[in-house]
Amino acid sequence: MKLVVAVVRPDKLNDVLEALFRCDVQGLTISRVQGHGGETERVETYRGTTVKMELQEKVRLDIGVSDHFVEPTVKAVLAAARTGEVGDGKIFVLPVEKIYRIRTGEEDRAAVTPVQVVAAGRA
Amino acid sequence: MSAPDIAWMLVATALVLLMTPALALFYGGLVRSKNALNTMMMSVAALGFVGVAWAAVGYSLAFSEGTPLLGGLSRGFLSGVGLEAQGTIPHLLFMAYQGTFAIITAALVSGAIVERMRFAVYLAFITLWSIVVYAPVAHWVWGGGFLAKMGTLDFAGGTVVHVNAGAAALVAALVLGGRKDHARQAILPHSVPFTLLGAGLLWFGWFGFNAGSALAANETAALAFVNTMLAPAGTLVVWTLLDLVRTGKATAVGAATGIVVGLVAITPAAGFVGPMAALALGMVATFPSYYALLYRARTRLDDSLDVVAAHGLGGTVGALLTGVLASKAWNGTADGLLHGNPAQLAVQALGVLAAAAYSAGASFLLLKAIALVVPLKVDRREEGLGLDVNQHGEEAYARDEGAILILEPVGDQGPTPVPAFAPAAEGGRG
Repeated sequence: MKLVVAVVRPDKLNDVLEALFRCDVQGLTISRVQGHGGETERVETYRGTTVKMELQEKVRLDIGVSDHFVEPTVKAVLAAARTGEVGDGKIFVLPVEKIYRIRTGEEDRAAVTPVQVVAAGRA
Repeated sequence: MSAPDIAWMLVATALVLLMTPALALFYGGLVRSKNALNTMMMSVAALGFVGVAWAAVGYSLAFSEGTPLLGGLSRGFLSGVGLEAQGTIPHLLFMAYQGTFAIITAALVSGAIVERMRFAVYLAFITLWSIVVYAPVAHWVWGGGFLAKMGTLDFAGGTVVHVNAGAAALVAALVLGGRKDHARQAILPHSVPFTLLGAGLLWFGWFGFNAGSALAANETAALAFVNTMLAPAGTLVVWTLLDLVRTGKATAVGAATGIVVGLVAITPAAGFVGPMAALALGMVATFPSYYALLYRARTRLDDSLDVVAAHGLGGTVGALLTGVLASKAWNGTADGLLHGNPAQLAVQALGVLAAAAYSAGASFLLLKAIALVVPLKVDRREEGLGLDVNQHGEEAYARDEGAILILEPVGDQGPTPVPAFAPAAEGGRG
């Protein structure tokens, strides 16, 4: 099991989500973050105050996946989030010690395997 | 001259001027937060750029003696526009009142092209547009031009302002093309409360727009004032009921839109129809705009804030219904279809067609001419980042984390300080 952490441009988030859903990655968490990755500085002026904005708005995705899902997940994010300009973001793949699904208490791989909707629903 | 008339027209002029910042709120709330300032600036800038163009040549082309198609240049730079009487108010006040109309009309067009146009190019466009499109059409209807001579009824500018802006908006949206995200992903309003506040302030200012168009503090002004209260009320009711019937939910954006559509529709009729006719007009005018909005959202046309549906169509319906509902008993000038004068409806239709055709054609040529010199749109990367940062160097909702003060060397002050964290050569992030 791995935790894939991706930091991407906010305006690329829709493309990334679309790509992830297309390869069946459905469980994820996103947060709005600010970060710095060496992109060209942005200068803003408010009356006499000129500032260099060092932090850029980014979106962070946390995606817990079983091992064989790591590659498709990373590939999907790489392709969908890339513009070719500095500031496209990063992907980190971290080892995960333990995963629990809160609703059922399932552990590890079972906890990150999407529920079959029909089976879980009324059957 | 009449002191009460002057007093009312001073207030009315200020009311109409307020409509432009109100429009900035209305439009600004409907776009994404990364484009909020750019969208609001499109309206705010018109206060300056169109205002100056109006004083320089716009007023003269619209209201001085000339041909049936265009006024002359004799009033250029307000020459001969002084404190002498124009009707019962000073000529100068009349000029200022009409100037506020030119400003809001140009600003209305911006709704079709938000979130993608280069700002400097936009400034050139609306400045020239107010001279080559707005001024001639105003001359036709109000400056003694050919539509005035034919007897077209346009009390406060259904044709001059709204049909005109709607036609230009349609052309501008087509010439510029859509936003890169249009019809690809959801583009949601970032502040519906702004939009509601803008709609409320527009309604408030519109009392000056319609009742002020009587150009006097008289009975006609009172009629136009009441009609401006009743017609949008009718539209708001029908719009809300349509929302409820269609989806089971009364939307706030719908309410704001309904108010504006009702105001647009009553504009040409305000001083020509009775109060119950105004209420009916507001209610009837809901349907074309409501369904046009739903339809437009399913097309490729990125008239982003629906200027065509709200203003073009609303203005057209209002102008035509003026030809149906006008009543000599109320206005002392002309009857419409319902009162035995079907010819008025034809005259109204001709007015709409003439204004729409000229506005569309001239706006097209103007935009194409500008596009020969400079690109109209920002590039896709800038569009993704948002126009606030790259066109204005500001953000609507700036946060000061990570903002490093740049001290310009002034006199003895030292040089610019080193940024708190310059990008490291290796392994920079986190």
